Amino acid sequence: MSAPGPDLAGELRSICGDEYVLTHRHDLLTYESDGLLQYAALPGVVVLPGSGEEVQRVVRACHRAGVPFVARGAGSGLSGGAMPVEGGVLIALSRLRRILDVDLDNQRVTVEPGVTNIAVSEVVGPSHFYPPDPSSQIVCSIGGNVAENSGGAHCFKYGFTTNYVTGLDVVLPDGELVHLGGKGLDTPGYDLVGAFVGSEGTLGVATSITLRVVPSPESVRTLVAFFDSTSEAGAVVSAVVAEGIVAGAMEMMDNLSIRAAEGATGAGYPQDAGAALVIELDGSESECEARFDQVVGMCEKGGAWKVRVAADEAERALIWRTRKAAFAAMGRIAPNYYVQDSVIPRTKMATVLAQIEELAGEYDLQVANVFHAGDGNLHPLVCYDGAKEGEPERAEELAGLIVKACVDAGGSITGEHGVGVDKKRYMPQMFGEEDLATFQRLRCAFDPAGLANPGKVMPTPRLCGEVPGPYREHPLEAAGIAERM
Amino acid sequence: MGPQPTVDTRQEPASPEALGALLSQASGRGAGVRFVGGATKLGWGTPSPRPLSAISLRGLNTIREHNAGDLTAVVDAGVTLAKLQAEVGAAGQMLALDPPLGDGERATLGGIVATGDSGPLRHRYGSGRDLVVGMTVALSDGTLAKSGGKVIKNVAGYDIAKLFTGAYGTLGAILGVSVRLHPLSPTTATAVGRSADPALLEAAALGLSHARVELQSLDLRWEHGAGAVLARFGGQSAAQPARDAAGVMGEQGLETEVSEDDAEIWDAQRAAQRSEEGTVVRVSGVQAQIAELLRSARSLDARVVGRAGLGLSWVTLHSAADAPTGVESLRSALAPSPCVVLDAPEEVRAHVDVWGAADPASLVLTRRVKERFDPAGICSPGVFTGGI
Repeated sequence: MSAPGPDLAGELRSICGDEYVLTHRHDLLTYESDGLLQYAALPGVVVLPGSGEEVQRVVRACHRAGVPFVARGAGSGLSGGAMPVEGGVLIALSRLRRILDVDLDNQRVTVEPGVTNIAVSEVVGPSHFYPPDPSSQIVCSIGGNVAENSGGAHCFKYGFTTNYVTGLDVVLPDGELVHLGGKGLDTPGYDLVGAFVGSEGTLGVATSITLRVVPSPESVRTLVAFFDSTSEAGAVVSAVVAEGIVAGAMEMMDNLSIRAAEGATGAGYPQDAGAALVIELDGSESECEARFDQVVGMCEKGGAWKVRVAADEAERALIWRTRKAAFAAMGRIAPNYYVQDSVIPRTKMATVLAQIEELAGEYDLQVANVFHAGDGNLHPLVCYDGAKEGEPERAEELAGLIVKACVDAGGSITGEHGVGVDKKRYMPQMFGEEDLATFQRLRCAFDPAGLANPGKVMPTPRLCGEVPGPYREHPLEAAGIAERM
Repeated sequence: MGPQPTVDTRQEPASPEALGALLSQASGRGAGVRFVGGATKLGWGTPSPRPLSAISLRGLNTIREHNAGDLTAVVDAGVTLAKLQAEVGAAGQMLALDPPLGDGERATLGGIVATGDSGPLRHRYGSGRDLVVGMTVALSDGTLAKSGGKVIKNVAGYDIAKLFTGAYGTLGAILGVSVRLHPLSPTTATAVGRSADPALLEAAALGLSHARVELQSLDLRWEHGAGAVLARFGGQSAAQPARDAAGVMGEQGLETEVSEDDAEIWDAQRAAQRSEEGTVVRVSGVQAQIAELLRSARSLDARVVGRAGLGLSWVTLHSAADAPTGVESLRSALAPSPCVVLDAPEEVRAHVDVWGAADPASLVLTRRVKERFDPAGICSPGVFTGGI
């Protein structure tokens, strides 16, 4: 793979216009990282196409020149998935923010990839909404959500991005445009929409995305309850699930997160609580009311000091703002932190949280926990001070041990942030060589030249052999730079 | 239910490794194979131009895990859906997948997932693609691989499970799945609204589909010149919302009733997705197409069941002689909604394009996927769209 020469930059200028092709170092620096600042690489060119057709021409030009490219939405991702390839082309999709079609009768909305997550709910609201709601939903883009298969607080009940994408226009890494799926379900052929969603930008660039929206629930009831410990709060979560109640959301914050978030929003949460548990029920009014009283009772019986029920939409919004502020507010606790995204079977929560606490003690570091309790998606935040000698390395090691504890408990290395560049080293903990080689088959079907977001997801770089046909040695393989699947 | 494949041998490996070994041997010989579970949908797809040996998955028939507290289960592909439902049902849970024949002694998890079959519960819970959270597969070169995991939320690695779901075994064999479970509803009740006017039925269905109520299922039925909208509610007290829904449909001019003993209504809906003698066409349409679909059915004297809120319908054409033209007239009336032939008598299958026309660019990509996963081209060759 080569770096973009003046010819490619010139071609990109002729496609998108001079003002949308950046090559000066100070312009490129803006794009060197996504939301995960630990990782940075300077692209050779940043190009901002203004239409799906321009995206296609840009990708075709990259393919012809053999230059790797990375697509970027809002750059709010937390796995380094949109980190550029050093010297490669970064395709910023921020100008593709048109809502192309609102077909409310059929509960479908078609958007360009740069449209924000919240804009979809806004355009169909208040009668309908788009359920996947990552904490970054005000800024994050649908294209990025598709790449990462983003979740959010409400996905325990409503599912993830992949459950809501019915159609895609995808520019393949060789510049061909394919229409996958559509407005209908079960369109004939392989579920390539399902394979593309969550593929982290390695299979191509989506230029048009058709989403399913659903009617808003008739009633929503939200509470936050405070407990001595996360294990007490966790027991209440288990009791709610065992009762057959499918909550819209169940979210937990530990003491450190409560203190950080309280500092940010001043919601009046008790600073000495060991855990705050947010439970939201939604659905038909009668069902919701009956179940909500039951849940309040379960919290009280489970040892809650106080159960605060949102009396109106403003109080509900404050509960959610406080929960969603927890990440950003962590700066109040420590100068730096590693955010992890591991998942555990929910019933292992108490055991794994105890393990994390023990590990944190051994490493003499603070670990805050803020997580989606319903589906066992932990977000341990390993706090450290980057200015202190050896502390970043210690924090990274601790973060790795936390991931291992979660995988050993039967979980996953990532629930919603994606593997990206950050977690690819953990992939062998979950997947064996044959599993990874099988993943590579899919990647090679879409991108035999390996140009789309290379260096992400897979733990080691791999090449695609020709299929079908006899074995031929790739030049990079001969040079010992990459290995074959 | 259509032609059976030419089967010269039938083998039933007892382990994934044995199955992998069988596949790599078949690859070496270039011998076509097809994977068989309960053999309830063997006629689906285009008849393969090559003789295929059957590899039965019924030797892999263990429920590996039921994690009641986590609402998950890990199940071999040869386990019948009915067996799994009995096991998890004892804990008040279900796999929210209810395709036709799913309560019988034959339909297996592997077969249901491989054909992408689903039933009325899909309205609320999605289908196999949404409920499978992990999968193990065997590829034609003997590779045994897994993707996903056994937790509900997981984005590590590519979603190979979605690729194999609905792929008719053309990419390899499904060996087992991890699935997400849901609590069983303590009560259910169904509101039925009847009319012979397709426009009234469409209005009622759209009204309910867009209403701020939580429906378990929202179905449609049409037969002998009249039809019905069926709305099923679950939960602590399902009767009241069902009565409310019936009230709304009544105001729209439908003849209504509410049933609290509604199991048979839904058995009939599922059953009508299949046909022993007729030709069943699955329409991947949209909701606002309901009236048009029903008018087409009326002119073809066809039966329809469908998921009104999802735009998915199953149209049964009764006369074999008229079925090929019937399929074409559905395709032209409902274009661009894809119409795929499922059950069909042999003489019909020989005269229709089972899958319908495919987008050429995506077909090229589909072929590339097939070649990567099954380079020897031995897994159910020719049965899938585009002759794959």
